[in-house]
Amino acid sequence: MTALKKFFAGGTPWIWINAGAVAISIIMTVGLLLLLAYNGLGHFWPKDLMLAQYSQPVESGEPLVREIIGERVGNEKVTAERIISSGIPVTGDRLMYERELVKIGNRDLNGSDFTWLLTDYLDNIRFPENLTAFERWEWGNFYGYVREVREVGATVAVSDPANSADTAAWDALTERVARAVAIHDEIAELEKGAIGEVNYALERLRLRQRGLELRDADTPEALATIESERAEWDSRYAVLQEQLQELYAQIERDTVVMIAMNGQETEIEVSEIVRAYQPNGMHVGSKLIVYAQKLWEFLSDDPREANTEGGIFPAIFGTVIMVLLMSVLVTPFGVIAAVYLREYARQGVITRIIRIAVNNLAGVPSIVYGVFGLGFFIYFIGAEVDQAFYAEALPAPTFGTPGMLWAALTLALLTVPVVIVSTEEGLSRIPRSLREGSLALGATKFETIWRVVLPMASPAIMTGMILAVARAAGEVAPLMLVGVVKLAPALPLDGNYPYFHLDQKFMHLGFHIYDVGFQSPNVEAARPLVFATAFLLVMITAVLNQVAVSIRNRLREKYKSLDM
Amino acid sequence: MTESNTEYAPANRSKFKKIDMSKVGGSDHGQSAEDLPSCLQVSNLNLYYGAAHSLTDVNLSIPSQRVTAFIGPSGCGKSSLLRCFNRMNDLVENCSIKGSITLDGEDIYHRSVDVADLRRRVGMVFQKPNPFPKSIYENVAYGLRIQGVNKKRVLDESVEKSLKAAALWEEVKDRLHESALGLSGGQQQRLVIARTVAVEPEVLLLDEPASALDPISTLKIEELINELKDRYTIIIVTHNMQQAARVSDFTAFMYMGKLIEFDTADNIFTNPAQKQTEDYITGRYG
Repeated sequence: MTALKKFFAGGTPWIWINAGAVAISIIMTVGLLLLLAYNGLGHFWPKDLMLAQYSQPVESGEPLVREIIGERVGNEKVTAERIISSGIPVTGDRLMYERELVKIGNRDLNGSDFTWLLTDYLDNIRFPENLTAFERWEWGNFYGYVREVREVGATVAVSDPANSADTAAWDALTERVARAVAIHDEIAELEKGAIGEVNYALERLRLRQRGLELRDADTPEALATIESERAEWDSRYAVLQEQLQELYAQIERDTVVMIAMNGQETEIEVSEIVRAYQPNGMHVGSKLIVYAQKLWEFLSDDPREANTEGGIFPAIFGTVIMVLLMSVLVTPFGVIAAVYLREYARQGVITRIIRIAVNNLAGVPSIVYGVFGLGFFIYFIGAEVDQAFYAEALPAPTFGTPGMLWAALTLALLTVPVVIVSTEEGLSRIPRSLREGSLALGATKFETIWRVVLPMASPAIMTGMILAVARAAGEVAPLMLVGVVKLAPALPLDGNYPYFHLDQKFMHLGFHIYDVGFQSPNVEAARPLVFATAFLLVMITAVLNQVAVSIRNRLREKYKSLDM
Repeated sequence: MTESNTEYAPANRSKFKKIDMSKVGGSDHGQSAEDLPSCLQVSNLNLYYGAAHSLTDVNLSIPSQRVTAFIGPSGCGKSSLLRCFNRMNDLVENCSIKGSITLDGEDIYHRSVDVADLRRRVGMVFQKPNPFPKSIYENVAYGLRIQGVNKKRVLDESVEKSLKAAALWEEVKDRLHESALGLSGGQQQRLVIARTVAVEPEVLLLDEPASALDPISTLKIEELINELKDRYTIIIVTHNMQQAARVSDFTAFMYMGKLIEFDTADNIFTNPAQKQTEDYITGRYG
């Protein structure tokens, strides 16, 4: 009895509970990250292509025998009941059947990329080395054998699909794919760069003309200048258009004839191919290269195919820029408010009420801020700004529509209480003796705050910013109302004056997860991307946080408070 | 010690006249405070913290370029009086003052007085060393930077001169740009004195400057006070009667918010006129 009492009095169970709580937190965090990383990052590994025979039973008569070419994505166990209800008359008295998800690609031929197959009826599984996978700009992946490569309709190389050692057509194809991708990049650069610039300039000319008309300043001379500038841009556009035509003619030169599963023959333009590889014949090293390429594409490219393929760079960029802009807006605002509340305002009932209000503001659901941002910033301020400065663009709104600036402002509003509270905390911790020391040297109150108090409070200000960034980076709900869209490949930062387009809509990783995960037409294709995007969002939030934390630690070291 | 010249103190917005620095004090044995040129003149000063009456009818004339010590038991109002001289009490809410204090004949509580300007002329060193969390150099240069001095040459010169004046130069000259928080307590206190001296004040207020220091550092501070009194009017508040006897030319004994006795240190410690003073210095209470 006394031993038991001692055990409890000594605090041993307490220590176990503490350690257990910490352990559970760590396990959950690490587990979440591992789950996201495994499911997300595994997606980019070039999987082997299976060739198999699938003979699924039918109600009556001989089973339908099909050839299957595809990637094995995953498998699961389902009840016989479910199998029967989906129209497959399984025999036997087994309760559970195993079925397998296979990515068969060729959406243009099959209608869908994925199919469920019962493992029992799958046999004769092989992995021929000359099975080829294409990633395409449209219609998703294509799997099949390379049969023939053609240049302007004339045959260049032919291979026998049955003979995996015959690589003539494959060799011819790889060169041509590289060429087509290079031309594709050139076209994209031309369209985004030079032609984009022309379009932008023409749009500005149109707005200028409209502006002149609105101000009744559309004198014939002014119009003539605009007309002449327009003519100049038009002629530049004609030249660019010609270049573009030429590139298109070049890129459409080659085609490849492919044998898909079940002997289906189809002709594909080489210009449609993003990447071609034969995974079954690749060793780990070259697979790693393809993996790195695909991962890099994911990080650095625009999305394709309703966000289910390609990259998410605009979303990464949008998230980071929005968070940075938010920090730039929220920090001075919060700090100034906190300085007033703590240093200048007379401490009393009113400041106490204000403090309570600020603290409660931090607890308001974020969607409410979204609604407020939409109503106040966009419909009210934005509309006024448009009336005053962008009248020539009306009725098309410039700032009277969701955009980067409003999203950043809304999030700044959402996070400002955090900054105020932690800055106030920091200010109240500066020893009185330091303020007096400064005042005794003839500094005014303002000089004391500016030169001594605020630098010493900077770690606390950074703490506020860290919390603000952490909250803002993960926020999605208000953004859906004030600026985030499903697809906006044009970055808010580009080479066209004024370079930083605060009025533009943007993509965001958090919203991207929601969109890909729940609004996607191709669920199976989107699933791994949801994991990968979530992983990336966690990583970016962690990196932004870590940067802020390390700045704070350096400031702390610099202004470590005195022992008073 | 370098001679005091004020030609580089540029943004001296002071509208007070500088005191004549030619009068260098010697020993004041037998000379009463009234005979010496006065720097600060306190007349009928009453100080209230809210309803509490902390100083009652204080009349005092602080002589120029001498060390004046305030002694007395805790809570007797000596620090409060000291903080009246540079209007530090303004920072305390509900604090009100009646009577007047003049610095070189001008009322420092007059409406037209710029408080920052006054504090530049009446520097203060606090009980606990309070260096700013900046480098040693920046601590000393702080007062000048506030005045808008940013020329490196001027700042360098002033920092060196002030650190020498505070007898700290030899110890820190190789690490001027390291944090001041790395110094020992005694060094920090001398740094604070250097920082105060750098703005060229006329009066130095020392509020128990050695009470948080070890005996050796205390000794150094006392030596420093002896050296500085050639150039500054120094007022020191101290709990330590030996210290008051060692460093001060004049001593004021205060009790319960009243000035009991003010005379040369010799008289106070050897031949006090008041019974209360005698009781205190002989250790009967306090």
